[in-house]
Amino acid sequence: MADQLEFRRAIRDALDEELARDERVVFFGEDVAKPGGVFAATPGLHEAHGPARVFDTPISELAIAGAAFGAAVCGLRPVIEIMFADFLPLAMDGMVNQAAKYWYLSNEQAPVPLVVRSAYGAGGRFGAIHSQSPIPWFQGVPGMRIVAPSTPADAKALLKAAIRDDNPVLFLEHKRLYSLKGAPPTEEVATIGAARIVRAGRDLTVATAGASVHHALAAAETLAGDGVDVEVIDLRTLRPLDVPAVIASVARTNRLLVVEEGPLTGGWAGELVARVSEEALGELDDVWRLATDDLPIPYSPTLEDAFLPGAEAIVASVRGRLAAGVS
Amino acid sequence: MGRARQTAPPGARELSGPAQHGLELYRRMVLVRRFEEAVQALFQRGEVHGTTHLYIGEEAGAVGVGDVLGPHDRVAGTYRGHGHALALGVDPQALMDEMLGRATGVCGGRAGSMNVIDLEHRLIGCFGIIGGSIGAATGAALALRAHGAGVAVAFFGDGTTNQGYFHECLNFAAVMRLPVVYVCENNRYGEFTPFEDVTAGEIAARPQALGIPTETVDGMDVWAVREAAAAAVERARRGEGPQFIQTMTYRFVGHSRSDPGRYRKPGELEEWKRRDPLLVARARLAGEHGVADDVLDAVDVQVGAELERIVERALAAPYPDPARERAREFKP
Repeated sequence: MADQLEFRRAIRDALDEELARDERVVFFGEDVAKPGGVFAATPGLHEAHGPARVFDTPISELAIAGAAFGAAVCGLRPVIEIMFADFLPLAMDGMVNQAAKYWYLSNEQAPVPLVVRSAYGAGGRFGAIHSQSPIPWFQGVPGMRIVAPSTPADAKALLKAAIRDDNPVLFLEHKRLYSLKGAPPTEEVATIGAARIVRAGRDLTVATAGASVHHALAAAETLAGDGVDVEVIDLRTLRPLDVPAVIASVARTNRLLVVEEGPLTGGWAGELVARVSEEALGELDDVWRLATDDLPIPYSPTLEDAFLPGAEAIVASVRGRLAAGVS
Repeated sequence: MGRARQTAPPGARELSGPAQHGLELYRRMVLVRRFEEAVQALFQRGEVHGTTHLYIGEEAGAVGVGDVLGPHDRVAGTYRGHGHALALGVDPQALMDEMLGRATGVCGGRAGSMNVIDLEHRLIGCFGIIGGSIGAATGAALALRAHGAGVAVAFFGDGTTNQGYFHECLNFAAVMRLPVVYVCENNRYGEFTPFEDVTAGEIAARPQALGIPTETVDGMDVWAVREAAAAAVERARRGEGPQFIQTMTYRFVGHSRSDPGRYRKPGELEEWKRRDPLLVARARLAGEHGVADDVLDAVDVQVGAELERIVERALAAPYPDPARERAREFKP
């Protein structure tokens, strides 16, 4: 189809349109300008918007994030790229101690309109230190939004929303989604903080985000053959979590499975389960999480595939749970 | 004390331009000194909380640099930042109220001693972790260049020159030719450790290796600092890229409130106190500009009285009311 939008093109177009729309927007990072990004997500922006607004930086994550913060509080609206999310710990001081706290600490003297784009996620055989999900590292940081789209349409509309937002946004792009094609967005910008039901069902709610949304949808098709009708919620924003949307779904299905591509301990799935349990315990017949073991992500294809909560793992988890007769 | 309420001390109005200006620099340094002494006293009374890092002995740095900055320039200070703030014109009353955690503080009592922010007075912030000021000023320089006006200044200490921000940002600014002036206040100790014990080579050689013009100056002489700062800011303003100044100075008090200063070499403190920036300024004002002692004494009296009133008002200022606090996590 001619209107099929590739995920990486959605990222590029969102940046292109916002750079054209607002001269305060600048974009910088490692290999993002002349090379067009290591995931080929940002070609042509340097040529279209000039070296003052789209530029390559040294391999210096502290400097990139620290400078982005300083530029944001002095009138620019920077978008930076931290190439792999595994490098975010190097950028954390600027993001956590400076950008996320500034609005509050300054007694609301100025906002920090800053977007940190980063490629995250496993399944690409990149090994333990180029595959992680950084979400739990930032989940407990007040003042920080975390967005993780699962479709090209959301990638474009949510990135545009993030750039127009006056607060620091960690914008996470799952590496396994860059080549995904889909319909273009129907709206100019999407709402940060709003989840979406991507498959309606009556028997069980599966809440997840990013590439896992596609695994959950595939699992739902398989489970439909078992006569289990699964509702899939794409959270789209991990901070703040759209707890009301999940509770509204659980009120219909009475069962909640949260799938997280990341370690079980300390993950965001635990936070979502806690919130839903606190606020809607009476609606729940069952609630559980499917995440990874508390281990680094392995390299070998057989080990990595078995490690991740893919469609087969979701199916097996649901079947086992339902067979155990918790109801 | 009717005399203390006058805007200029007696005899000051007859002074020449350079003498007037020098007297004003002296007044600002005295303000920082008296402010810090008041903070120290209030800390001991339990009115300043947590910890605090005083600028006593280093006043010539912030005052000398601050004097050459214009309305479009921006400054990032450190956790030892009360002097940086005052030198930029931050209201000493609002700053003292912040120290005491009062609602009338410059950040409403939310920030405290280490994290003061006052954008209206060009202070991007004071940074509680070393190196944060360097990142912030480097980014501010990006924004100022995009706006077509202004130079960013980062203050930091000798200890920060061993930190990642220092190396990453100086290189970043050099390749980008950003309008930023890096001011290393070398007070000889990174917290409790002599800088030469933990620092390889010369600090000044580091920016020089990146092609950044570098000057080391007497940080106890406000005119020396001012002259170096004026030249560096002017070069940055002309588009000549980042500049580096090292001010050789000394803090007369501990690193923080819990530091008895046992690491000092015998006689070192006394030796530096003979070069107290206030004494240096008095000597130069008297010797080179003919400013009489009673004019200088009158400044001391005037500022002392001002601080007494500030402390009195700060102690009477209201605390933020948790029940009425309307904190918002995000800007809507």
